[in-house]
Amino acid sequence: MEVEEIIEVSFKTNGHTEGATIGAPRRKATKLKEHIVEIISDSGEGAQKCGQSFGSIVARMGIGVWTVEIIPAEIRPPARSVAGASGNKIRIGSKRITNGGDETDLVIAFNEQVLLGRVRANELKPSCTILLESMWRDDKRVSQSYIDAVEQLQGAGYKVYEIPMETECHKIVKDARKGKNMFALGLLCGLYSLDLQVARDQVALTFGKKSRAVVETNVALLEAGYAYAGENLDFRYEVPTVKSTEPQIIVNGNTALALGVLASGMEICAMYPITPATSASHYLSDVFEEVGGVVHQAEDEIAACAFAIGASYAGKCTITITSGPGYSLKQEAIGLAVMGEIPLVVVNVQRGGPSTGQPTKTEQGDLMTAIFGSHGDAPKVVIAPGTIEDCFYSVITARKIAETFNTVVVILSDANLASSQQPFRRPVFEEAWLAPPIDQSAVPAGSKPYDWDPKTGLARRFIPGQPGGQHTLTGLAHDENSHVAYDAEINQRAMRARSLKLAALQKTLKPPTVYGDSTGDLLLIGWGSTKGAIEEAVETLRAEGKKVSSMHLTFLQPMAPGIKEIMTGFKKVMTIENNWSDSPNDEIIDESNRRYSALATLLRSRYLVDVDCWSECRGTPLKPNTVRRIIEEAIA
Amino acid sequence: MNTTRMNGTGTGIYGIRTNGIGTNGMTEPININDCLLQLYEEHYELEDYQKGVPRWCTGCGDNAILTAVQRLCRDEALPPEKTVFVSGIGCSSRLPHYMNTYGVHSLHGRALPIAEGIRLARPDLKVFVNMGDGDCCSIGAAHWIHAIRYNMNMTVMLHDNNIYGLTKKQASPTSPIGLKTNTTPRGSYLEALNPLTVTLGVSNVSFVAQVVDWIPKLLYQTLSAAYHHKGFAFVRVIQRCPEWLPTHLDEYLHDPQRILLLQHENGLTIDAELSKRYTKIEEHDPSDLNRAREVASGADPIPVGILYRNDSVPRYEETRSDTRLRTASLVKNGLEAEFDKFTIWPEVDDRSSTGHARQNAQRESEYGS
Repeated sequence: MEVEEIIEVSFKTNGHTEGATIGAPRRKATKLKEHIVEIISDSGEGAQKCGQSFGSIVARMGIGVWTVEIIPAEIRPPARSVAGASGNKIRIGSKRITNGGDETDLVIAFNEQVLLGRVRANELKPSCTILLESMWRDDKRVSQSYIDAVEQLQGAGYKVYEIPMETECHKIVKDARKGKNMFALGLLCGLYSLDLQVARDQVALTFGKKSRAVVETNVALLEAGYAYAGENLDFRYEVPTVKSTEPQIIVNGNTALALGVLASGMEICAMYPITPATSASHYLSDVFEEVGGVVHQAEDEIAACAFAIGASYAGKCTITITSGPGYSLKQEAIGLAVMGEIPLVVVNVQRGGPSTGQPTKTEQGDLMTAIFGSHGDAPKVVIAPGTIEDCFYSVITARKIAETFNTVVVILSDANLASSQQPFRRPVFEEAWLAPPIDQSAVPAGSKPYDWDPKTGLARRFIPGQPGGQHTLTGLAHDENSHVAYDAEINQRAMRARSLKLAALQKTLKPPTVYGDSTGDLLLIGWGSTKGAIEEAVETLRAEGKKVSSMHLTFLQPMAPGIKEIMTGFKKVMTIENNWSDSPNDEIIDESNRRYSALATLLRSRYLVDVDCWSECRGTPLKPNTVRRIIEEAIA
Repeated sequence: MNTTRMNGTGTGIYGIRTNGIGTNGMTEPININDCLLQLYEEHYELEDYQKGVPRWCTGCGDNAILTAVQRLCRDEALPPEKTVFVSGIGCSSRLPHYMNTYGVHSLHGRALPIAEGIRLARPDLKVFVNMGDGDCCSIGAAHWIHAIRYNMNMTVMLHDNNIYGLTKKQASPTSPIGLKTNTTPRGSYLEALNPLTVTLGVSNVSFVAQVVDWIPKLLYQTLSAAYHHKGFAFVRVIQRCPEWLPTHLDEYLHDPQRILLLQHENGLTIDAELSKRYTKIEEHDPSDLNRAREVASGADPIPVGILYRNDSVPRYEETRSDTRLRTASLVKNGLEAEFDKFTIWPEVDDRSSTGHARQNAQRESEYGS
């Protein structure tokens, strides 16, 4: 927590007379550059809704924000369990926030057990402020464990405020379980000096589909929490706003992906439910039909991919959205799309692997599978969005590449991007995003369905309905006429053509930009959702005089030109990834057996540069202070 | 047969051209179906559908099916460019290669989902599916069950020879118990799966027929009825494999009493020539699902004809697809409406008396259109 100054401010009610009725005494507010807030409860108690609403309110007020979901693996883990914490972590700041940040400064917990889970996971700062539901003190069944926990937390240096949330909520609703989250939201709005009217509007929006009475009850709970904070808590914060001059949208990465599907002009999404990808399909199912689109829930992952291939073959480039296990199942079908040169966009919202792994946790473990997956040589394009905004544009880019190069484009998102929210500039629609209509003109006499260009490998695709273009697409080795061919020369020629397409695409790419100076002691290279954390750490350490820069790769296959040249400007190069690599400190690990992380392996093999790596598989988003530590160790 | 039709999808109007890739055509969307002019009579010959020389074994039932579908395409005057044959992997699945239409020779077991994708994307195309018994009933069984539920309009042929052919004689799900194969040298262990009763047991079933490869007239009639059915028309063709099971069906082949013809005014009509040889004929109303299940359960004599037909089952592609023209403005408006839901508008100076919601509404109307 960085305290900038102590100033006297009033509760910001902006002239709303309603706001003035809330009995909040004026109190000194501590002005903060940034803060990390958490709200956690048992699953089903609404902490996530509270956290998301809080994120939206601060965003609407112009405060920088990044929200991270805290999700237990089960839908309804046992109540009051250490592993059952459900909620949101919200990082707010006076400038643009690009990642979830480090440990938490203030937490609201609905019981002490979920709180202990967060403490044990080292997710709270040592001086963290805790607002804890106090009802358990009077519950004979659990009072001892509650009292022990509070003593333990206080002993460990945490500032614990016991709040009778249940009692306070009972003044307004019978079932406090349904409503405590809005009381908590009110507490937070009060503590962070937020505009109560903006909060009321947000509550109305959140419960907009429900009855007026429901909205009014929740607004009353919000106001009660707000008033409680003013009357009973001896501290208050304010984070200065950074007003944007242009409209912003605030969504999570999966919603951004789904909006990208709409914007890309694609008409069909074929999917099968899988965590953490499904929320993209949920949202798309809700809105796709508005623009004439269809979400097809297939009977399994293989069928979803095959369905997408069928629709793409018929002329409508289709997307299939999945996560690791589903991505594995789709491999054979992806190979068919590569072999048949059918445009196809596959989204893999990565989760912890292998096998069922950690379904609700984030990881970057599928890079190699994405590039090298499917048997034989199956060249395909792999791109990775690094921000929520990228999630939106990546789909538009992916469809364009898929249709231009008649190939498979894999978008590697992850659970971190999927569930994190961050405002970004509202996109301005362009017709060029959309797909052209299906070509139904007769094919020129004598032309072939795979008339591979000898230089680029590209061929014009024939689409059903085009007179004279009849051919049978096959996953078997085939010649220019799509005739099955086992001839050695033909197979060599066809493999070459499919591979050359990646080189042709690579020739159109620009070199990546370097964050920081183009020379120095250390270059960090990352990909995907770690971008914000890496760049934040680099920025901090550069301000301290460290000669460190970073580079983030969007194109993983093919890689953009100029990467080797950039790497040679630095004394040391290392990747930072959320996947596995062996630690050179392990007793039996040496250069002859060390398994490098995925990107490091790729860079080492392609550029013959001694790229080191640091990676972890904790299932949590990378923290900037973790990166800072790695940089300091690497430069020391 | 009448080979001249006025079906309006003739090759004479190839001239309906949409701009290809690279043009920004979304401002002038073209709905293909609306544009096709019903002007030209089209006449097709069998040669228009034939391609290459089939490499199936002599006497293979696949040849009979190929001949029947080529005749069907000619008689229905299907424009070859508007017709797609989709197959999986196996001997049967080579069929698209011998059709001068569009085709997808796809993956083992996955013909149906690929055909469904084509169907949903392009209702103007005629879709046929050819699968073997391993393809449909084993590796692709999940897709088969769900394809029946989707009930998308396509003509589906199960080439059922009770054996894996291309991989050289392994037991298939429809192999009778005791059949000696390379994977069951002491006889297969399991009771055969009955594709008819399975299909008839799935909700949304709309057309089930069975036929044998050695009665070409009924094969043609059955496939024709399947083609005209609106929905998922499932035809099990019991066929011979001369290479691996050369005598497997001989008893049925040579004894007309072991064939039970199903006849009905809403089913197949059995002509005099056939009824002279095949005297076991049952009047079976294809709308009678319970009787259809009973008939389907009988393996000897082999029931041949239409077991079940129900035109009123909803077709998934019609339930799901949108007939609106997908113009750029449709997409833009939908997208902007979604953006509006998530937009934080820049601060405005005048905040008197209006709450944020009101301000947002005002701002939205400025930006949204």
